[in-house]
Formats: sequence, structure tokens, C-alpha cells
Amino acid sequence: MTETVPLLSMRAICKRFPGVLANSNVNLDVMHGSIHALLGENGAGKSTLVKIIYGVLHPDSGEMRWQGSPARVSSPSDARKLGVGMVFQHFSLFEALTVTENIALGLDAAPDLQALRTRIVQVAEDYGLPLDPDRHVYTLSVGERQRIEIVRCLLQKPSLLIMDEPTSVLTPQEAEKLFATLRRLAGEGCAVLYISHKLYEIQALCDTATIMRGGEVVAACDPRNESAHSLAELMIGEELKPPVRRESAAGDTVRLSVRGLNKPSLDQFGVSLHDVSLDVMAGEIVGIAGVAGNGQSELLDVLSGEVPQAEADTVVVCGTPCGHMSAGERRSLSMAYVPEERLGHGAVPDMSLIDNLLLSGYRTHKLVRNGVVDYDGARTQARKVVDSFDVRTPGVEANAGSLSGGNLQKFIVGREVCQTPQVLIVAQPTWGVDAGAAAAIHQALIDLAGTGTAVLMISQDLDEILAISDRVAVISAGRLSSPRPRAEANAGELGLLMAGKRAEPAAAHEHAS
Amino acid sequence: MSDIGIFVSVVLTVISAATPLLFAATGELVAEKSGVLNLGVEGMMLVGAVTGFAVTTVSGSATLGIVCAALAAGGMALLFGFITLTLLANQVATGLALTLFGVGLSSVVGQSFVGTPVDALPKLAVPGLAAIPVLGPILFEHDALIYLSVIMVAAVAWFLYRTRAGLVLRAVGDSHEAAHAIGHPVIRVRYLAVLFGGAMAGLGGAFLSLSYTPMWGENMTAGRGWIALALVVFATWRPARVLLGAYLFGGVTILQLHAQGVGIEIPSQVLSMLPYLVTILVLVLISRDQAKVRLNAPACIGKVFHPST
Repeated sequence: MTETVPLLSMRAICKRFPGVLANSNVNLDVMHGSIHALLGENGAGKSTLVKIIYGVLHPDSGEMRWQGSPARVSSPSDARKLGVGMVFQHFSLFEALTVTENIALGLDAAPDLQALRTRIVQVAEDYGLPLDPDRHVYTLSVGERQRIEIVRCLLQKPSLLIMDEPTSVLTPQEAEKLFATLRRLAGEGCAVLYISHKLYEIQALCDTATIMRGGEVVAACDPRNESAHSLAELMIGEELKPPVRRESAAGDTVRLSVRGLNKPSLDQFGVSLHDVSLDVMAGEIVGIAGVAGNGQSELLDVLSGEVPQAEADTVVVCGTPCGHMSAGERRSLSMAYVPEERLGHGAVPDMSLIDNLLLSGYRTHKLVRNGVVDYDGARTQARKVVDSFDVRTPGVEANAGSLSGGNLQKFIVGREVCQTPQVLIVAQPTWGVDAGAAAAIHQALIDLAGTGTAVLMISQDLDEILAISDRVAVISAGRLSSPRPRAEANAGELGLLMAGKRAEPAAAHEHAS
Repeated sequence: MSDIGIFVSVVLTVISAATPLLFAATGELVAEKSGVLNLGVEGMMLVGAVTGFAVTTVSGSATLGIVCAALAAGGMALLFGFITLTLLANQVATGLALTLFGVGLSSVVGQSFVGTPVDALPKLAVPGLAAIPVLGPILFEHDALIYLSVIMVAAVAWFLYRTRAGLVLRAVGDSHEAAHAIGHPVIRVRYLAVLFGGAMAGLGGAFLSLSYTPMWGENMTAGRGWIALALVVFATWRPARVLLGAYLFGGVTILQLHAQGVGIEIPSQVLSMLPYLVTILVLVLISRDQAKVRLNAPACIGKVFHPST
């Protein structure tokens, strides 16, 4: 086995973007049947490298070898012909098309849609990724959308599968199932190039790791011989401080209260909310766990005010019934909100960071006087957010859409946290964000709660929920379990709740799962 | 003429009035489905009309005239595509300029043809079927372009919703970034869609100058290109509804003319408004469902695409 030829071999890859050297002299060997981790912070050049492998980008110099012979990959279709499949971090999906049509578009041979439909159902079941082939993508949640990408790749029977953060939206049980799948694929000889920020996952799954920082490969190791801590430090190049937790600072003032919220779904594919009730005290973080598509979007719509309710007292912020109020009016009650989607919801991609700051923060920061915008004040505030949250950007004039996902997320969370709201509602705060940045965001949320803010966090990342929440609830099929202190919650049990199994025998009417 | 005879002749004029709209709107629908908004339909129709007329008069062959009309308007579309898809100029401004250019160009070319007569396209009766009373002349005794216009609607619907190329075209219009990431040739697909739209506008123009009137007059499209554009939007980008809208518009246009002729006590200006009002009203009513509109409206329409990421 000493003379094995690597399946994929990248040699001296350089790629320069205006102002940045994204890949500098990068070497990478991926062996047949190995599960190879690619680790690095946002902006380390991982995405650039895998996009070069997949033919989306072309290197300025360097060579790619496939099974020992030079390969030219000038388009994703070339890559697929070689046998490379990729699950993108930013999904390549078409909202107005169905799941089946979306998958058909990613396959080179034009398949018969009916036959493809059957294969999708089959693969989806095999790998534990439930997917309705006839749904239109715009009706699906982020997590469900990612399943499409995974299934699309698996259908191509690739010999190299590139996965960019595939487990961020899965329950622990589902993630285990996916790992089993990946191990099975590896056993069948398919190599997996696995990008993740969840270090313990990489340790459990991968047999090789390449670590990148600032566009260069800084280390290669066997992750099973490293600790999560040492991996993280290799990645960020400095000492990693885990979030500092205090004892729960929960006071006895209710800051956010939801009472008997019922919301039938208007969309036939939406989830109806059933009798959701919840109190969040000043100074505590309440985490809501759940698999994508179990009512999180609907709940967020109601809480944020994007879908106001007829009855004012279903949602109470700082003592003011505001169920009927718009999102803007609720911000005036000192509520802030970080939505799930960054682009197009959390930020306007084609507007500068300054403008994006103004859009949600002009009330709190008093940046509009007599209808005139105070741009100097806005610039100062935006700089403050950029500095205190270490947002990597050419400047506050840069368009939000030009930032990498993790950096934009830091900006959006920072923008809301800097308004020091009384109530903060945050969805998926660290989706696609690397370990260093995630730790910073978690710390910011903990610190904010420490100042007496009530924080409600909805996340599909169970580790995140368990890491920073004071109390934990689970949402499943539009019903919210009663929150329990974190100390009494464990991942396995929460996972079962997330899968729709009732822990309390008192809940007699079990619904189909 | 018997009552039935009058009915048949009215229906025939309705079909004639609808056909140029149907051509232009169906072509524009394909372009817009791929994400390109070409406001130059009026200009391309005029160029098609004058080319069809001139070539037919000079060569004596209407077939050649029709082919050249499609090619000439396709050439205009190519120019539009080059400016917006290759040079990445703004589609709205370029489309408006294309219309102005088409108006001027067709006037210059057509100057010497004003007042020249030409034989209208021959009616092709389907043997046997055309002899059926009433239905025969309405359905089976038309010139080639009328048959073609209806066939094209069906063909476009089939292409868009039943073929892989149609799926790719809709995908490109829905998200050009995603289409590019997967490896579909966004720019090439859009060029082809725009060219098809141009050729169809040209056929609509040729129908006007070779069958509907048949003669050449400056600005003879009289805003039909703009109506075609509106039809596409109000039909929520669905071929069958474009057909419905075009025939509705044609129908009310003809009926209000007859109403004016009979001397109904309604100001003629109000009657002239009717086709627009009725068409918009009906199409708005049938497209109330926002979810359906969202499904059919191309999300990337009018957006410049540059494959930089």
C-alpha cells in the first residue's frame, strides 16, 4: 500500500482574487476510500480550493491530477464526468422548481423524470434523508434544501464526494445515520472530502485532515490522534478560548412571553403551530432545538412580527402585548431579531454594511433626524460592529453580499447585539460559521444575557443549544415541549423529542412521525 | 349575408387581430422565462413587418419574405443580446433603444414601399375538414402563419414543461447563479431564448404586413409590441394564458369596432379602451393566486449576469 496513487492530487495551486491571495501554493492528496477533512476558518481558502476541484473556479497556476494523470477541469460538468460530486455550502437550487426538477438539473445525462422520482425516494430513504420529490423548493426550509443537495450528489455515484458542512441541520441521530452512509461510501471506495467546523465530528469520522489558514496549508494530521482543542488551535493559529459561562443570570422578570399561540398554516406545505407557550426571563438564554421544517420558520414569523397576529396578547414583549404589531414596531419595544437566512432576509446583499446597519438599527441608534439619515453616525456604528465582532471586510462601504457567510453572520449578529435590546430572538446564529467565529458569537450572546437581555435562540445545532442555553425546549410538528433546565437535558433524549417522540407519557395523543 | 355568415367573418377577424400578438408574446415569454426582459418587441415587429413586405414584393415569394422577416428581427435580437448579455448593459434601457431604433430603421427601409399593394397570404384549407359548416372556415381555412402561431404556443408549452432543455431554460431564469454553479451555460441559453423571441416578433410583424392589412405603413404595429409585453406579464408567464389573453384582446378589439359601427351610445374613446381593460381584468382575476405567480415568474428577470464567482 506504500505506492498507492492518490485519487486526487492538487499541486502548487495558486488563485488570486482582487486584493486577496485565496490559495497560495496549496498541495492536497486525497486517497481512494478515505474520509479526508478540510479544516480552516472562514476565508482560509477552503471554498476556493474545492471550487477549483469542482471546476467552478480556475486556478491561476498549479496542477490537478486525477488517479495519477493530469486532469483539466474547466467546468462542473467536467468534474462530474471524472466522478466528483459536491454539496455546496450556498445551495445551488431553483426556488420555482420541484425537488425532482432541481435534481435533474444537476445530472448530466438527461433522466426520465418519473424514473428519477422513484430513485430519489429510494436514495432518500436509504440514507435517512426524508424528501418529497414533488415539493417546490421555495416551500422548503434550509435544512430540507440541504437534503436535496446531498441526495443529488449521492445519485451520481461519485468516486469523490465533497461535502461542505453537511450535518449542520441534522439531529444527532440523523448525523449518525449520515456518518454511517459516508463510512459505507468510503468502504465502497468513494473518497469523501469533508469540510466541517464541528471538530468532534471530524475526529469521529475522518481519517486524514488538512488544515488551511490564510490561503495556505498549515498542517496535515490524523484527527483521531489530536484533540478537538488542538485542532481548533491549529486552525485559528492562536489559543482558543471556550465561551465563558456564568451561573444562569436569569432574573424573575418575564421579558418575552408567548401565550397559547395557534397558527394554522396557510400554505399546504407549511407547519401549523399548536398551542405554543413560552416565557423567557431577563438574563437567560432559552434554546429551541428541532429539525428543520417543524414550525421554526412559522414561529419566527410570528415572533419577529413579519406575520402579525390578530390577538395582541399572544406575544408580549417587556409587558407590552404586541402580537398585532409589525416588525418595526416591535423593534421600538427594544426587541431585536437575527433571522435564519442571511442574504435577502438578514441583510440586503446589494447594499453596504452601513445601509444594512441603518435598516435594523436606525431607531435604537437614533440615526434618523427629521427624516434625514445621519450617515456619519451610521458609519461609526457600523465600524464599531465590524471591530468588536472581528468582521473581515475591506470596509464598511462593502456590499453585504460580498462578505463570506461567516463574516456576514458575525456582522448581522453584531448589529443586533450592539443595539443592547431587552429581548433578542436569534435563529441559527452560527450556521456555516467556523469555530473561532462561533465561539465569539456564543460569547457575545452569553455576555448580552449577562446584561439582563432575554435571549431566545432557535437552532438545529444541538451542541450549540446545549453549550449556551440556560433552558432548552424542542419544537416538533408545530408543538413546543416545555423548556427544562439544561442540566436535566441530554442530547440523546432531546434527539428523540426532535424526532417527534413524546418523552412525557402524559401527552396521550401521539401524532404520526 | 346570413347571421351565421356575419358570425364567421367576425370570428375570422378576431383570429387575425390576435395572431400578431400571439407570435410576439409567445416569443417574449421564452426570452423572459430565461431571465431576459427585452422591451424591444415593438421595434423587432416593425423590422419584421417591413422586411417581410419588402422581400415578398421584390422577390415575389411570400415564404422567402416570412423567413427573412424572422431573420431580420432575429438580427435585432442578436444586437440586443450582444449589448445586454455580452457587454452587460441594462436590459430596460437597451430594449427601449431597440424599439426606437426599429421604428426609425423600418421607416427608412419602408419608404419606397408605402402604398405598394401585395397579395395577401393564400388561405390553406384543410381538405375535407374545411367543408364543415361554420367550424370549417373558423378552424381549418387560414393562412400558414395563423396555423403556425397556434402550433408555436403548443410547442413552446411542450418545450418549457416537457423537455430537459426547457427545464434548463426555466432554471436559468429562476437563478442564474445556481445554474452557473451546476454548470449550465447561462449566457448561451439566454442568447438562444432572446433570438427565438426576436424571430417570433418578426413573424408577428410579417403577419401584419402580409396578411392582416396587407400593406406597409410607417409604425403599422401601432403599439402591439407593447401589448404583447403586457400580455406576458398578465398571463403570469404561462403559454396557454398568453393564447387566451391574445384572443381576448383581439376579440374585444373587433367587437368594440363593430359596436362603434352600429352606433351604440358610448363615446368611442371609452370603447377603444375596452380591449385593454377587459384583457387586464380577466388576466388579473385568473392570476390571483400569489403562490402560482411566484412559481411562474422568472426570479432573475432583467438582472445582469456576470460569472465572477
